[in-house]
This record gives sequence, structure tokens and C-alpha cells, in this order.
Amino acid sequence: MTEHMLTIDGQRIPFTEGQTIIEAATAAGVYIPHLCHNPEFKPHGSCKLCTVKVNGRNCSACTFPAADGQEVLNNTQELNETRRTITQMLFIEGNHFCPSCEKSGNCQLQAVGYYLNMLDAHFPFFYPSREVDASHQEVMLDRDRCILCELCVRASRDVDGKNVFALSGRGINSHLIVNSTTGKLKDTDISVDDKAVHVCPVGAILIKRKGFEVPIGERIYDGQDIGQVSLEHEMPIVEEAEHGR
Amino acid sequence: MPSTPSDMKTIADIVARHDADPTRLVQILRDVQSTFRHIPAAVMDRLAAQLSIDRAQVQAVTEFYTFFSTEPRGRFDILISDSITDHMLGSREIAAYLCECLGVTPGQTRADGQVSVDFTSCTGMCEQGPAGLVNGYALTKLTRDRVERIVELVNDDTPVSQWPREFFAVKDNIHRADLVLGTKLQPGSALRWMFQRGLDSTLDEIAKSGLRGRGGAGFGTAMKWKFCREATGSAERFVVCNADEGEPGTFKDRVLLQSYAHQVFEGMTVCGAVIGARRGYLYLRGEYLYLHEPLNAVLAERRRAGLLGSNIIGRPDFEFDIEIRIGAGAYICGEESALIESMEGKRGVPRNRPPYPVTNGYLDQPTVVNNVETFAAAALIALKGGAWFSAAGTEKSKGTKILSIAGDCARPGIYEYPFGTTMAQILADCGGTGAMGLQIGGPSGIFIGAQEFERVLGFEDLPTGGSFMIFDQRRDVLEIVRNFTHFFAHESCGFCTPCRVGTSLLKNQLDKICAGHGGKADLAELKHISKLVRATSHCGLGQTAANPILSTLERFPEQYEQRLKAISFEPGFDLDGALEVARRMSGRDDAHAHLAQEA
Amino acid sequence: MAGKIKVATTSLAGCFGCHMSFLDIDERILALAEIAEFDRSPLTDIKHCSDQVDIGLVEGGLCNAENVHTLREFRESCKILVAVGACAINGGLPAMRNHIPLQECLEESYLDAVGVENPQIPNDVELPLLLNKVHPIHEVVKVDYFLPGCPPSADVFWKFLTDLASGAEPSLPYELVHYD
Ligand SMILES: Cc1cc2nc3c(=O)[nH]c(=O)nc-3n(C[C@H](O)[C@H](O)[C@H](O)COP(=O)(O)O)c2cc1C
Ligand code: SF4
Ligand code: SF4
Ligand code: SF4
Ligand code: FES
Ligand code: FES
Repeated sequence: MTEHMLTIDGQRIPFTEGQTIIEAATAAGVYIPHLCHNPEFKPHGSCKLCTVKVNGRNCSACTFPAADGQEVLNNTQELNETRRTITQMLFIEGNHFCPSCEKSGNCQLQAVGYYLNMLDAHFPFFYPSREVDASHQEVMLDRDRCILCELCVRASRDVDGKNVFALSGRGINSHLIVNSTTGKLKDTDISVDDKAVHVCPVGAILIKRKGFEVPIGERIYDGQDIGQVSLEHEMPIVEEAEHGR
Repeated sequence: MPSTPSDMKTIADIVARHDADPTRLVQILRDVQSTFRHIPAAVMDRLAAQLSIDRAQVQAVTEFYTFFSTEPRGRFDILISDSITDHMLGSREIAAYLCECLGVTPGQTRADGQVSVDFTSCTGMCEQGPAGLVNGYALTKLTRDRVERIVELVNDDTPVSQWPREFFAVKDNIHRADLVLGTKLQPGSALRWMFQRGLDSTLDEIAKSGLRGRGGAGFGTAMKWKFCREATGSAERFVVCNADEGEPGTFKDRVLLQSYAHQVFEGMTVCGAVIGARRGYLYLRGEYLYLHEPLNAVLAERRRAGLLGSNIIGRPDFEFDIEIRIGAGAYICGEESALIESMEGKRGVPRNRPPYPVTNGYLDQPTVVNNVETFAAAALIALKGGAWFSAAGTEKSKGTKILSIAGDCARPGIYEYPFGTTMAQILADCGGTGAMGLQIGGPSGIFIGAQEFERVLGFEDLPTGGSFMIFDQRRDVLEIVRNFTHFFAHESCGFCTPCRVGTSLLKNQLDKICAGHGGKADLAELKHISKLVRATSHCGLGQTAANPILSTLERFPEQYEQRLKAISFEPGFDLDGALEVARRMSGRDDAHAHLAQEA
Repeated sequence: MAGKIKVATTSLAGCFGCHMSFLDIDERILALAEIAEFDRSPLTDIKHCSDQVDIGLVEGGLCNAENVHTLREFRESCKILVAVGACAINGGLPAMRNHIPLQECLEESYLDAVGVENPQIPNDVELPLLLNKVHPIHEVVKVDYFLPGCPPSADVFWKFLTDLASGAEPSLPYELVHYD
């Protein structure tokens, strides 16, 4: 069998049939910034942070199939500036007050901001009014911080088999809803052990009474940047999937 | 609140009428909305149970489509078309007058629940506006007199079915017919020819004709059919006719469906035979509800004539039928994969591609999605052969294109031209010679100025799905751009970050500049956001949402610069207005209680 | 830069946390005194900026009319204006009132709250009026640099000022970028 190859920033990257660009990159130890992508779930392609140039055209690395001979640009100044702007958009459309957020230090949105050297949010803030759902005994949903990545939706549907979450509305009014008559978490069958409770990249879904447990300095992104953390965590997952293929 | 046993019976009947089929959720919600004037929470629970789907899905779909609401709308629910061409015909003044006479605020339902008035994206009556909808049915040529009559009818509680017919008259206004509009097709004749010629050679004829999709993207039609036909491992294949026609300024599909329905259905049936499909769907935009019954009548007629159903034109091996699905106010549902999602009873969010609909379309089966005009042309090509069609047009753009012309011209309406025709020729024909600029292809297309009127219609120069808007010297370019930019912000599906957030940012930024609060840096910012939204959005909507800004910035920079302040910076919000609440509550109005907008 | 750089600082809707952090540069303050002198600042008690200030450091967002005036004075006088800390950059904790209408905030604080004795909205002309929402400063004036953090660490201030003093384009390495 001849090995399939593409290049990322000039570096030759092997891939297996059926992999996306981001999977090939991860397996080869190349970090492509991403938020809505998590190798454990079906590719989604909504945040656009993983935008790369494939043979000159912008594509989402998390959904675009790897193909022989693709010339991919990833870690360029232009792309990183684009990604920074997209990250800024995610900040201003929600309400992110990191100093008072339990996820701070362990948050992927924040970590991507650090990685991209984002020093401010640039745009005028939308300060939307969003509902907080504290109805459940153990699980907290703070929509202020939701970035609409649908990881909880996918996890609940595909892993937990429960469909607790869904996206509703349209355009800038899109929002996360909960599958119950009252629209409250307490009236769903969600449990704190569900995958859906553990996949939120930001501080929108939190487990109650667990906040600020890790001291500053020892949190996930205090010492390592998200590129390192993400490769460490995701490389084994991608490799396992590769063998399963 | 519907909760009585009879209400519950009504809901059960609606569900039964749709075979409790969850893919028909949008259709079911349309019926619920028209019965109860909204989708009450209790009904969501009920529907979820009866359709065996999640309640969250019912809610999500309800909150996606603008024709659905969770709060009651008026028993008479009036929507005024907000397309720029309607504006130019005075729609905003008409709407204000209507609201004043009825005593309603736009977007709110009158306290007695009798009536509500709001704005809606282009309803596709551009050459006979100002236009609107009442309880979903198209109103044309709204005048002050008509408004006064409507106010009486509403206040007298006269059912819409008893309103004067002429309020609902929709004219064809065909001013120039060519190959597609000028060739008479005997129902069934193309099908007979196809079987005589054979399916393979029919596909060859379509290929020879050079026909490319008329919905905008211009993909080769024969190629699309071939891919679908060859897709393997499928249980079934589908034909879908895209009659969403949501691009503002486009109304040619409406005319085809109103007066050439046989031809469109025949084209779908040809496609069905070629690709091996047994079922076809016409996805009709909600704004064209008035066409639903007549189209169903044509379908019934075709069934009776043996042109649909089983045993078509006496061929026991050929079975095909067509069903109509209706949209509910979402431009994005014209995008083929969003349309398919909508047909499956979901929010209209575009899918990731690949895979494409030709292999994984409706219900994950191979599906051909084509525009109304594409099918109308395909029917004639099946009858007359490829050479007949390819004789017209240019090297890269064969055949003719139907244009919907609206705006500042003497004879707005439908014009069919061979590709390669110049803008100047078109303007001369429709009496639009005073034009200062043209918007070709709708808001997602481009704006060209008078020095470009020698450019030609065609995929290689000026492509269009049909929208052709004319603007003369009186028009303010920035007002036009603002209308389009608001349209995209309103219609963004919200799936991807750059379009969801970016279209709102563009809208705010452009409003700031137009209101005279922008400086040079604001203009640079506008351009910067525009390029990002174009380059990184997920689908065609976001990728084209900044076209109005970018194409006019290139051609009319002075129009923008005129609005700029000499100052380097000013807030994008009203500073003094931001003190209003505090002033009122403290009862102050002294000098310290105010702020100037600029330093 | 020839001569000493003139630095002004102010706290708008902030908590002085950023100022405190600035002072945390400890003994480096001596080195700083070599290159910089302070103009208007809570640290000097000078009430208005002199004509030509090199760097204005602004802590806190805008919650009232007076904040706007002060910010504009800074923008007017300072060659380089710097948003310091989360509050100046995104409104910070004070902006968490933004999803509550101002009317409700005022009613709750001055009229309806338990223990309010003489319920009345203050109307002294000396008191600055509140803005409907708390805004970060870049929404009202042009801002040249941003120092994130709540507060930014002393090292951030140090890195930024020494970069500027040496004529380098200021930049913050990964370890110094924090939003909390
Ligand atoms: C936002 C958006 C809206 C669209 N609206 C329509 C439409 O209303 N009608 C249409 O035929 N195609 C529309 N399209 C194009 C369709 O996605 C698709 O390309 C077309 O229906 C294919 O048919 P054709 O090949 O016959 O043109 C739209 C595309 C986008 C991105
Ligand atoms: S979710 Fe992340 S970015 Fe948002 S406030 Fe929390 S830590 Fe900050
Ligand atoms: S709650 Fe978290 S996981 Fe769910 S969509 Fe929002 S950000 Fe994503
Ligand atoms: S570009 Fe806009 S319309 Fe298209 S998927 Fe993204 S948000 Fe939806
Ligand atoms: S990570 Fe690819 S689009 Fe979100
Ligand atoms: S005052 Fe410094 S971060 Fe709020």
C-alpha cells in the first residue's frame, strides 16, 4: 500500500483514507486551532477557527477530507489573524467575564485567545441577555458563555443517547435549548456522569460545587499552551480511530 | 391557549393529515400557526409526543422560521415586503399608514388580538409592489386606498377569503419570451420523446445543450444528473425542485409556476426517469402559498392524464410522483442542503460538503436539486434536443436566461434573453435608460455602475439567478447597500461564527457610517470585516453577504467617504441617549446631565 | 525616547486593582523612575493631565458621564492611550449589570431595597449620571494598546513600559497574557 501524503506548511504529513485534514494533522503532531471540533465526536464545522488554506482555498480542517497532494497552509500570520478575529467575535457575542468564571484557566476559548495573542476583543460588545439555568441539582448551564459549538448536543445525542440539548433560533439569536417541557435542566434525564456534561469547551456547562478547585498556576492552560495540551490529549484518540478504520 | 378537547382534536387532525410524518414538521407547524396564530408551548409537547420526536426539535424548528411565532399574531397577520424595490415604490410609507390606521406598532399584535403588522424579506412581487402578505397570501400593489379598504375589512372581521380578488391579483408581466417562455410544450410530449429516444441519449441531449443550473451556482445539469444516477448503494433516489426563490428581486420562478407549471413538472419527471427516482418534491417558498392549490390542481391533472403516478404514458416500468412542500420564511432554505434539512423537518442549516446531495441528499439518499427554470428548460431540451438550446447563448453560457426586472424602469417584469446580451440592450428594452447602477443577481450578486453597461449576461461575466434591479440617479447607493446588509443579518442561519456574528457587525458598522458617526477607521473596519465574512463563512449566504458593501466600495468610494466625519473616532452608540434613563429617573436636565457624541 | 516618558494613570469604573498591581513592580519602580515621570494619577494627586503626556494608562470601564469626560481628557492629552485590565477592555465585573435594565438597577438600589430609608433617586448635579450600560473604553475613544488581566501582573506593566522606552513595538509573550 502506498502511503497517502499531503503537506501542511511544507511539512509532509501522511494520512489514511477517510481522515479529515485536522485528524491527519493531529496524528502527525501538528496543531490546528479548533473549538467546535473534538475528535471523539462527529465533525461539525461551525466555529471556523480551524480555517486553513487548501491549495489556495479556505476550508475547515475539521470537516474537509484529506486528499493526496493537498498543499495546506496552517500556521501563517494571515490565518492566525483571521482566527484571532473569529475568536474576538465569539467573545463579543456572549458575556465572558473571565475573572468571575469557574472555567477560567481551563477554558478553551480563553486558551485559544492566549495562543493567538488576543489582547482585547476589538469589536463593540453585544452584551446579550441570556438565560442561566441553575435548576438542576448538580449541573449548571450558563448560556452567557455558550459558543454554540454543539459539542454537548452531539455528546448527548451520540454518546449518552439522550438528546438533552439542541440549538434553536436563527442567526444572531441562535441559542441552546434544553429538551423538556419547562425548558429546564432539572426536568431532563441528564446526569452528572453524562458525556454531555463534560465536553463543554467553555464555562457554559459546569458541575456545581466544583468551581475554583484547582489553584491558579496549576490549571490546564497556566503552564502549557492549548496547542500542546490539545495534541497530548487528542493524538491518542485519533490514532485509535485510525487503527479502528 | 389551545387546551380544550376540541383544540386537541384539531391538532390530532393536523398530524393525521400529514400521516404523523416527522419529516413534515414544517408543514405541520404551518398548519398549527395558521390555526392558532402561534405555536403554543402546550402544542409543542403534543406534537413531539404524536410525532415521536424531541420536544426540543419542535421548539428549535418553530424558533428558526420567521413565519412561526411563539406569541400570538393577529387574526389578520399582515407582513409588508421589505425589499429595496418595495421601498422604492413607497412600501415604508404604506406600512406606516397601515399601522397608523389600524393602531398597531410594527412587530406587535394589537391588544384585541385582531391584527398584527410586521416587515418581511422580499415577497417576490417586486414589479407589482408595494407588496405584502395577509395570513400568508400575497397582496400586490398596495396603495393608500387599498390600505384604507384593508383596515375596514380587518376591523369588520371579514375573512381573507372574502376580500376583493384584485387585492391578490398576481400578473405575469412577460415582456420578452425566447426559447423557454416562447416554446409551447404539450403536456407529456417531452416524456414521449424521452422514451422514444432512450434515457441515455436524453441525458446526452441535456449534456449537449450545455444547460447549467439556473439557481445561481451554474453547475452543469447533465453532470449533476449523471452523478446522482451513478451513486451506488442507495435505497432510493429523489428529485427536488428548488422553488424557494428567496433572492430579493427574483420572481421568474413564480411566473414559471403560475403559467408554465406543466413544463416544470415535466422537467422533474424527465429527471426522475433519467436518474431512476420514484418521488419528486417541489419546495415552494412560503411567500408563494397562493400557488399551492393551483399547483396541486396541475399535479392532479397530470395524474389523470397518466403523466404522473404509476404506469406513466403506459410504461409499466416507470413510476413517479410529485409532492409539494412549503417553506416558512427563511432565505437560507434556498441553499440546497439547508432546503433538504427543512424538508426533513429540521432547522434550515446548510450541511457540510462533501458529501453532496447527489450522493447524500434527502433522507441521506442520492438527490438532484435543481432550480425551477432548470427543470423548465430541461423539459424542452428533452423534446427538442440539445442543439436547439445550445444554438443560443455564448461559448460558456448556452441558451437563454429569464430575468426578473424591477426598480427604476418603465416596463418592469419578465424578460428572457440569450446569454451574451449586454446590459445596455436590456435597459433599452425595459425603459431603464436613466440607470445609475444595476444590482445583478440580487444582494448576493454585484452592483455595477453605468460605465459597465456594455458587460454581458453570462456565467463568464455577469451571472444572475434572475434578479435584475435598476437604480436611477435619485437613489442613494448606501441606502441600497444598507437594505441588503440588513437582509443578510436577518437571514443568516447562525450556524457559523463569521456569518452569525459578522453579518450583525456589518449591519451595525454600516448603520454607524450612514448615520454620520463614522470616521476613516470605521470604513477600514467595514472592509476588514467584509473580507473576513466572505473568506471564512460556511455557505453561500455568508460568502456573499458582504458583496453589496465590497462591490460598491470598489465603485463608489466617494459615496462612503462623503458620510465620514473628519474626526478620527466616535462611539457607535448614542452616548447622550445612554444617559436618558438616569436623567428621567433623577429628574435632571442640567448641562452635566448630557454628553456630546464627539469629544 | 529622549528624556523621561511622562505617564498619566486613572481609574474609571475599576477597583484600583490594576493600580495596585502596577505598584507591585517593587524595586523595579526605581528603574522605572529613571525612565518615567508621573503626571495626572491617583498616585500623584495631580488632577488634570498636562498638555503632552506620552502614555495614559486607563483602568476601568465607563459607567457614568464623568468617566467619559475623564477618558476624553486622557485621549486628548496622551500620545499613547492604553486600556489596562479586564474592566477597561470588556467592562469587566461592573458590566455584569448590563443585562439588567438601568431603571431596575436604580429602583432596586435606591427605592425598593430592604433598609432604604428615604427612597429617592439621587439628583445632586455634582453626581455623575449613570450610563445605561457599562462600556469598555475602546467603544468611546481610540485605544492604542491593551494590557489584559484582572489585574494585569506587574510583569505586564514592566514589559510594556520597557518595550516602549526602548523604542520597541510592545508585545506580550504567552505567559503574560491572561484574562483573569
Ligand atoms: C443562500 C442561498 C440561497 C439560495 N437560494 C436559491 C433559490 O432560492 N433557488 C434556487 O434555485 N437556488 C438557490 N440557491 C442555490 C442552490 O443551493 C442550488 O445551487 C440550486 O438550487 C441548484 O439548482 P441549479 O443547479 O438548477 O441552479 C441558493 C444558494 C444559497 C447559498
Ligand atoms: S467561558 Fe472561558 S472565555 Fe468565557 S468567561 Fe469563562 S473563562 Fe472566560
Ligand atoms: S453549552 Fe458548551 S458544549 Fe454546549 S453548545 Fe454551548 S459551548 Fe458548546
Ligand atoms: S454562512 Fe451564514 S447562512 Fe451559511 S451556514 Fe454560516 S451562518 Fe448559516
Ligand atoms: S474546529 Fe473546525 S469549524 Fe470549529
Ligand atoms: S480594575 Fe483592573 S481589571 Fe477591573
